Amino acid sequence: MKFMWKFIVRRIIITFPQLILLSVLLFLMAQAMPGDALTGLIDPNVPEEVKEQRREELGLNDPWHVRYVDWVSGIVKGDLGQSFRFKMPVTEVVTDRVINSFWLSLVTLVFTYLIAVPLGMLSGRYNNTLLDSAITTYTYIGFATPIFIFALVMVWVFGYNLGWFPTSGSVAPGLEPGTMEYYLSKFYHLLLPALSMALIQTVSTVQYLRSEIIDTKQKDFIITARAKGASESRVYNRHIFRNSILPIAAFFGYEITTLITGSIFVERIFAYPGMGQLFIESVLLRDFSVVNAVVLLFGIAMILGALLSDIILSIVDPRIRIK
Amino acid sequence: MEMNNINVVDQVHDPTKSPSGLRILWKEIVRDKLALVSLIFLIVISLSVFTISLVLDQDEIVKVDLFAINEPPSEEFILGTDYGGRDVFGQLIIGTRNTMLIGIAVTLMSGIFGVAFGLIAGYFGGHIDNALMRVLDFFQILPFTMLVIVFVAIVPKYTIFSFALIFAAFSWMGIARLIRSKALQEKELEYIKASQTLGTSHPKIIFREMMPNISSLIIVTMTLNLANNIGIESGLSFLGFGFPETTPSLGTLLSYAMNPQTLEHRWWIWAPAAVMILVLMLAVRNVGEALRRATDARQRRG
Repeated sequence: MKFMWKFIVRRIIITFPQLILLSVLLFLMAQAMPGDALTGLIDPNVPEEVKEQRREELGLNDPWHVRYVDWVSGIVKGDLGQSFRFKMPVTEVVTDRVINSFWLSLVTLVFTYLIAVPLGMLSGRYNNTLLDSAITTYTYIGFATPIFIFALVMVWVFGYNLGWFPTSGSVAPGLEPGTMEYYLSKFYHLLLPALSMALIQTVSTVQYLRSEIIDTKQKDFIITARAKGASESRVYNRHIFRNSILPIAAFFGYEITTLITGSIFVERIFAYPGMGQLFIESVLLRDFSVVNAVVLLFGIAMILGALLSDIILSIVDPRIRIK
Repeated sequence: MEMNNINVVDQVHDPTKSPSGLRILWKEIVRDKLALVSLIFLIVISLSVFTISLVLDQDEIVKVDLFAINEPPSEEFILGTDYGGRDVFGQLIIGTRNTMLIGIAVTLMSGIFGVAFGLIAGYFGGHIDNALMRVLDFFQILPFTMLVIVFVAIVPKYTIFSFALIFAAFSWMGIARLIRSKALQEKELEYIKASQTLGTSHPKIIFREMMPNISSLIIVTMTLNLANNIGIESGLSFLGFGFPETTPSLGTLLSYAMNPQTLEHRWWIWAPAAVMILVLMLAVRNVGEALRRATDARQRRG
């Protein structure tokens, strides 16, 4: 227990330099981008002297370390700057998008595990059978398939040709927020993008679960369980499953990275108004204060995801604590 | 039984020598039918793509022809034309060539840097290793795809070379980490100690003695990276942040499918590119997986 706490505290401490380095990099990137914090606030036709005066007032002519501290303390207070495209605070632009992306990620994660657990269990239990090779072939091909090709094929088949699912947006137009139809429509719009991402993302978990189960099968405690007369299904569903599922659950923090990368493509293909789509739109329209905010939020999510997974893993699997 | 065959072959050369690294790699590919087919496919595809693109005129292909917009496949245009009346087949050929070339270039650039980084960290160990690994840790937590997109967008005078450079700058970490852990084991071996005692210079030990000994791991990792890089490049071009539109690439062809009309009714524009990306990635990966098995004696089939 003592070692575990030591590990967790150490792991949390190294998160701070990571966050600081990320913020410095983003700050430097923001300096390299055309325009500054004033671009989103002011009419471009205002004379140069007025702009210069406003810059002075806003502290944009201060030395870089002063500006960096201003910028960071602004972020901590929830001020992410002004969007040049929307003419409103970035925080407001981002809020709705974050909520949409959160739901998309959540449903994707649920699908990922709903697919991974039965497939991994079957594949591991009946390894080297026809069923197992079918599942292994799926994971092999799924591993090599880029998400954007798969999502495109999914929207082509199920969205356009069969017409089972909507092909764009996050909710049908004209519905009153708060009603039952509104939420159902939201969920309906989530299904196809989430399923596309999950079917690709799940393959590494299936592979991991399969090899974990094949490994566990020959362990002493399983032989003991069998010797005591536990039925085959009890051995698999209780003893082996419980032993193999924990590391899988712990991976979900790392999945955040895959989710974020996937969402950039999937939200674009399904025209789903989330963070990924906002990011691409903002880069194309050169709305750099929004770009910076999105990269910052995604970066923080990834750092925290890795932190979470490392901590869960250290609780589940004492071996990784050694270092 | 199969192990015996190898030994018989090798005894012809020198009875005391175990089979060389390259020979084992080759054996494994021949033994694995899928990998062999993939390798032959890759050779055929590259040869035909490169010879056909010598005949094709890129300026002619990317020239907009408003009288031949979105034509379905016909005798004149084998795979029809896109929204600008440009020949899809020609774009597919040149696009495949460009995608393969940039994939190889990025893999080599990130590979060379990553291998050197990993070897130096692993060979010296101690404080140097510690410092280098912190740098690597930092690069690894960055949101890779997004940073590449942002850099592509803000770089002044964007060319295909700057794209490759940005891409490689954010993708050397995986191979560096792998090579470093291998180098940490390797430097404890006697031949390294012997060289050090004899006073051989560090660069010479690292690059002339240690690197050849882990060359099979380098080849395997670079092959698997190539498959990934082809996918990532296509993805970035698909989003519009890879090749400029005047240079055909598979991802650009695929991005025409973002137009719902094209996606639904004009499969000939985007589907061939999608199949090509998928098949290329799978083929390179099959070869890479066979090579990976070859480096691990327990998994070898040959």
